[in-house]
Amino acid sequence: MTTSSLEASNSIAIDFVGVHKWYGRFHALRNINLSVRRGERIVVCGPSGSGKSTLIRCVNRLEEYQRGLIVVDGVELTQDIRRIDEVRRDVGMVFQSFNLFPHLTVLENCALAPIWVRKMPRRDAENLAMQLLTRVKIPEQSSKYPGQLSGGQQQRVAIARALSMNPRIMLFDEPTSALDPEMVKEVLDTMTALAQDGMTMIVVTHEMGFARQIADRVVFMDNGEIVEINAPKLFFDNPQHDRTRLFLSQILR
Amino acid sequence: MAGTLSVAQALAYVRKASEPEEPPPMLLSGPLVWVRDNLFSSIVSGLTTLAFIALALWLAPPAIEWATTLAVWSAPDGSLCRQHQDGACWAFIAAKLDYLRFGSYPVSERWRVEVVEALGAGLTLWLLWPKAPRRGWAAVMFFAVYPVLTFVLLRGSETLGLPTVDTLLWGGMLVSLLTAVVGIVFSLPLGITLALGRRSQMPVVRLASVMFIEFVRGVPFITILFMANTMLPLFVPEAWTPDRLLRPLIGIALFSAAYMAEEVRGGLQSLGRGQYEGALALGLNYPRMMALVILPQALVMVIPGIVNNFIGLFMDTTLISVVGATDFLEAMNNAFKDPAWSGPTIVASGYAFAGMFYFVFCYGMARYSAFMERVLAKGHRK
Ligand SMILES: Nc1ncnc2c1ncn2[C@@H]1O[C@H](COP(=O)(O)OP(=O)(O)OP(=O)(O)O)[C@@H](O)[C@H]1O
Ligand SMILES: [Mg+2]
Repeated sequence: MTTSSLEASNSIAIDFVGVHKWYGRFHALRNINLSVRRGERIVVCGPSGSGKSTLIRCVNRLEEYQRGLIVVDGVELTQDIRRIDEVRRDVGMVFQSFNLFPHLTVLENCALAPIWVRKMPRRDAENLAMQLLTRVKIPEQSSKYPGQLSGGQQQRVAIARALSMNPRIMLFDEPTSALDPEMVKEVLDTMTALAQDGMTMIVVTHEMGFARQIADRVVFMDNGEIVEINAPKLFFDNPQHDRTRLFLSQILR
Repeated sequence: MAGTLSVAQALAYVRKASEPEEPPPMLLSGPLVWVRDNLFSSIVSGLTTLAFIALALWLAPPAIEWATTLAVWSAPDGSLCRQHQDGACWAFIAAKLDYLRFGSYPVSERWRVEVVEALGAGLTLWLLWPKAPRRGWAAVMFFAVYPVLTFVLLRGSETLGLPTVDTLLWGGMLVSLLTAVVGIVFSLPLGITLALGRRSQMPVVRLASVMFIEFVRGVPFITILFMANTMLPLFVPEAWTPDRLLRPLIGIALFSAAYMAEEVRGGLQSLGRGQYEGALALGLNYPRMMALVILPQALVMVIPGIVNNFIGLFMDTTLISVVGATDFLEAMNNAFKDPAWSGPTIVASGYAFAGMFYFVFCYGMARYSAFMERVLAKGHRK
């Protein structure tokens, strides 16, 4: 499985092989094995503190892991800072708390990385940013500052910003958890559109409607380990593991 | 059951028409309203207002008369001032102004100082005016080109046909402003570097930064000046021994940098992890993340503290005379020694003028800081 998937890296977008992570003495990820195919949409769910964020943050090396191997687009993540930068350029990330740059306008937020990392001429980068803002349906907000937008609009800017590097993989860490209920839909719609365009996505979310509709597979984590992986229909209608059943009964109440 | 239902029905309510919008009941603005609300809002506030008006009427007119109508504005020497002892002697300042500005800088070369001053003023305006075009260039000019140009012009260069002027001859406002500008130009970048060093992942860098910052903050400025004066020559090779004026300049830049570093660190700490992660996730490397995302926010947040440091630095320039430099205040003291200008009002006038000189610059910086805070608060509300 491991070597063959390394070679078949064209069809495998992300490969976790026996990944362990510790925070100090705390064992946060335990023997994670997961292969994400190109174009696949994975939804990760699980109780608070189960290691969902830690899992996806290992993909773009916002967190280090101590044992095992993660291969992203055929690039093995090592200590080598250039490789990490290479992977980060290829992987977009959207955070629960948006993490937009408040001192830059919406347009500047989206043009920053293309200009400074891709060395794109400013005019081209701004055109690209406008295209992306149109794609997330807020081109009219481009000259505002993030603080002047609603939460849903900010999260859509964050998605546009992540897309500005033209990533092949997108990671979402509870993108709708910090939003007021009436704004959740606009963000989920944006993500759905992205999924329909064939983007490889790992989404940590508790939006089970979204998981049912979009996910190819649902990963359930608890206590730092993957407990169950299944297609959404089977996962929700016929969960196999006790812990999955307990979790689903709690959130689907 | 039917009873409770009818009670609930009786309490139910559906709006039929919306409320009209009305103007506020009374006048809420205007100068009289302002006076009432701010100066005489209660008996205590009214009495306080009156007390301060009385105090101002008692103190201000004599001071203003002393400085204006009763003052001696021009005179060939001190004799006229000795006759008018109830007014300031501005004639003294006028007579000594050249010395107060340039010290003993050769008269024929003083145009060079004036060029440097004019350039400095122009660049400062360009850099500080928020709407000015190409402020990035202004920063490059101010922090990179201007210091070199200043050095060449003031010091002189035989190749350019400018006679060398020994720094022992420099003095007055020239030295005070030069010290302040050198301090500002070097302490801010140095302070930022130290602040980043203090938060570095590399233990050696971190330790070196912490040691420097804590050492300098633990030693009085005068001690730093004496140390710079006596120890720098010990540690650098003979040929490289810094000039006598350069030593206090190095001292003030290093001293101020340590305080600047602490201000900047405060700004860096107030930024959440999210900003770093947002930048890293986009593939920005460390220098770009710092320059484009982190520092712009951190520095803006601590503008008041940075400007406070600049103001403190400006005032500290008066101390460099302890190692033999002739700053503006020292030049003033020297000017008092002229027997032609001895008299009871001379010294008071001289110090009043010196006070105004320092006040104009420091108050200007304070106002600018307040102005920038307002501009930036408007720019991007959080
Ligand atoms: N920087 C850290 N230092 C120490 N422990 C950490 C750190 N970050 C996370 N942890 C711990 O690791 C565990 C997994 O954290 P993680 O953030 O991945 O959980 P999560 O599944 O995303 O939870 P949530 O749904 O609340 O976001 C938690 O028990 C948490 O306390
Ligand atoms: Mg989380």
